[in-house]
Amino acid sequence: MKNDIYSYDLIPDVDMPAEFANHQNRRAAREARGDAPFMPRRQFLKLSGIAGGGLVLAFMMAGRSQSEAAHHKTGGQKTFSPNAYIQIKPDGEIVIAAKNPEVGQGVKTFLPMIIAEELEVPWESVTVVQSEIDKDRFGPQSAGGSQSTPRNWTPLRQAGAVARTMLINAAAAEWGVSAGSLKADQGFIVNPKNGKKISYADLASKAATLDVPDAETVTFKERSEYKLLGKFIPGVDNPDLVTGKPLFGIDQTLPGMVYAVLVKCPSFYGKVKRANLEDVKNMPGVVDAFIVDGNSVDGELSPGVAIVAKSTYEAFLAEKALQVSWDKSEASNESWGDLKELALDLTSKPGPVAEETGDMQAAIDGADKVVDGFYTYPFLSHSNLEPQNCTAWFHGGKMEFWAPTQTPQAIAGAVSRILGIAEEDIIVNQVRGGGGFGRRLINDFACEAAAVAHKVDAPVKLMWSREADMAHDFYRVGGFHNMKGTIDKSGKLSGLQDRTLIFTNKGNGRPVRGGNIRAGNIQAPEIPNVRIEAHEIPLIVPCGWWRAPTSCSVAWVFQSFIHEMATAAGRDHLEFLLEQYGEPRWLGKQTSRDFNTERAINVTKAAAKKGNWGKKMKQGQGRGIAFYFSHLGYFAEVAEVTVDSSNNVKVDRVVVAADCGILLNKSGGENQVEGSVIDAISTMASQEITFEEGAVKEQNFDDFPLLRMPSQPKIEIEWLTTEHSPTGLGEPAFPPATAAITNAIFEATGKRIRTMPISKDGFRIV
Amino acid sequence: MATIQINVNGESREISDIDPTTPLLWALRDHLGMVGTKFGCGKGLCGACTVHLNGTAIRSCSTPVSAVNGLNVTTIEGLAHDEDHLHPLQEAWMEHDVPQCGYCQAGQMMNAASLLATNPKPSDSDIDNAMAGNICRCGTYQRIRKAIHTAAGNGGAA
Repeated sequence: MKNDIYSYDLIPDVDMPAEFANHQNRRAAREARGDAPFMPRRQFLKLSGIAGGGLVLAFMMAGRSQSEAAHHKTGGQKTFSPNAYIQIKPDGEIVIAAKNPEVGQGVKTFLPMIIAEELEVPWESVTVVQSEIDKDRFGPQSAGGSQSTPRNWTPLRQAGAVARTMLINAAAAEWGVSAGSLKADQGFIVNPKNGKKISYADLASKAATLDVPDAETVTFKERSEYKLLGKFIPGVDNPDLVTGKPLFGIDQTLPGMVYAVLVKCPSFYGKVKRANLEDVKNMPGVVDAFIVDGNSVDGELSPGVAIVAKSTYEAFLAEKALQVSWDKSEASNESWGDLKELALDLTSKPGPVAEETGDMQAAIDGADKVVDGFYTYPFLSHSNLEPQNCTAWFHGGKMEFWAPTQTPQAIAGAVSRILGIAEEDIIVNQVRGGGGFGRRLINDFACEAAAVAHKVDAPVKLMWSREADMAHDFYRVGGFHNMKGTIDKSGKLSGLQDRTLIFTNKGNGRPVRGGNIRAGNIQAPEIPNVRIEAHEIPLIVPCGWWRAPTSCSVAWVFQSFIHEMATAAGRDHLEFLLEQYGEPRWLGKQTSRDFNTERAINVTKAAAKKGNWGKKMKQGQGRGIAFYFSHLGYFAEVAEVTVDSSNNVKVDRVVVAADCGILLNKSGGENQVEGSVIDAISTMASQEITFEEGAVKEQNFDDFPLLRMPSQPKIEIEWLTTEHSPTGLGEPAFPPATAAITNAIFEATGKRIRTMPISKDGFRIV
Repeated sequence: MATIQINVNGESREISDIDPTTPLLWALRDHLGMVGTKFGCGKGLCGACTVHLNGTAIRSCSTPVSAVNGLNVTTIEGLAHDEDHLHPLQEAWMEHDVPQCGYCQAGQMMNAASLLATNPKPSDSDIDNAMAGNICRCGTYQRIRKAIHTAAGNGGAA
């Protein structure tokens, strides 16, 4: 029965929009997640196919509405648009819509690539446009949980294959031959028998008159026939990015626009008692200043003072003159120091058993060796380089947004609840986000912009300073793990116990976002006796999903502790780690969410091989390995470090072996992996968010530093080619990196790091 | 309030009725509508706001507009000679597909351009040292270094 703990969803935090809705509006949450009965996928594709025959499609591009209507009919010729994603124009232009928010994960490039592959067109002939937000036509549109890839893999292939099938049918009708005798080839339909070919452009008008086939009936290309997927394809926005074109949320400019800040209480959930509004209104450039009540709902609208000015700088200057008397009666008064003390005390004692497999006490009683290790890690900020911001314009009874968000479909529900504007009167334009990492899953900034724009007769760009961004994040939750492991007489890992602490949201009593800890997170199914004891502490400090939620922190604990146990057993870590997976098999329900030990074994062995596992290193150098399965991806990483006598750590090389099924875009995929490794080193070096009296102390990149170029390691990636469906890459490369590096530091120095960041133990990343 | 004249990307621009303490960053973004230069930290810590002042990289978030009165400022919008002739760094950035979110990249390229102007064939450590003031939250450092080498004509040298 020991496999039971592996049969549940290993990515518990994946349904972010559902959580976002704060359990107050479950219908909105379901719809945002896309699993409401509003329109099954099949029906959705059919309907949009019908609509595409005569519907004018309006695409949004970089925040500017660009109607395609003018090009829809040219001289009696028709644009072929069998669904919401594809337009093939008689002049040969092929337009593919990118449905999901781009925040640096490359989704604006690789989702259209899936369509282009099945459509069978040269990538160079494709123009990618950012789609509008429309869940009826595009289904769920969000960027979270590395879900864009698995969710869209089938529907987008269908979108492309439906169009290709119809073009083949059009050519078959034109030539009076059977569709089965024709094939598509890079923008043409060809008849292999006689060599005749006709371009998609020339077929567009004819194809537009045909019935759209059921998406379930069309056939996909064989993977061996892929011409585009898996190649190194640069991002579609690159030409605009390198020339400084306005792509990001912060870049949006509208005629007559004003600039605003919303000053919130430093202590979370503090309210405004009174403020010197008249003084602020007299500041240069200030247009208005007023109190925003807020609804004090986690993730929505915090109370504060809005200052509206003619420029960002004047709004920032006026903020300095603002004096607010805060009502902190319901605000957080928490301090990280006090919480730590309480957590240390609690986790030193037995706690309620959350999960148990086997008999941990028996494992302890019969152990040859018992090892204890206390692990702790801090809160973290997301620190998107583009500070939170949002542009909103209340005009003609409609609230229109240009929002750098990961969950654009969730804005309407929240804003409707706050301001009473009907959801259908809320329009969200997609703009590029300067980094996501989970921060922009929560739309507090959009709620703020709406609250200000509702009162101002002009478009409003709401801007957060870096300091505001760091003080009002939804943080990666800190953690405490009092670990105990047992080695039996045969040298095997016989038991593992985590006496841990779960912070619960004081509002709803559930684990904070990214804060649930389960036995399945250990990912060592061969351990016969496992026990999770979980104390609880209610928390007001807002927590959020932070790149690979839960996994980003607990992978370090468990993958470090397994190394500790291997060391205690006097065993080779690689061999010991492989032993924990057991035989190659697929656990649980054998879905992509269930742990597949074969894939774990393969990436672990591949990383070890490429990472020269077992090869001798010089004095002061060390090599460490770690594995983790998260967000459907299997990753093993080997780190090599050099540590000098002053505990300066140089991460020399990180080798990554990845099984993400089929790799969609080699460039984008490698970018995500390289970035995840850098991010892991960045966080472990010296990042820590602390708070006193409910207010965060760190303010900017001087006291919350990010890794800089001289500290980057060499990163090498090996993609294992497997037949599994592709999985997202925004997250899964992060979790194993930290443990691989601290395990390497142990090998180099004999010092076990059990506290994050490693600066706490006197280590410094150089 | 003051009137400031700046030569931006070779064009004389006048900004009237501006607080002379306004950082050049916000003068560019809010007053001149040139939003390629980015706001990251406001304290010269991240480099996202890097522009050239008389050819040298500076942090526009920490430079008051009064300090650049009458001077030559180059922004990312003016890094290319013209639309058909991009700067070698811009070409290399696209070739290596450097950007992830891309938010820091204008500052990275402006800083790199300043480096190449004084050191046309930088080594890895020259690049690391020169670029250490520019944060990339997404972690594209490996590609930035490669792209600078490519732009410098160092071939595949790393």
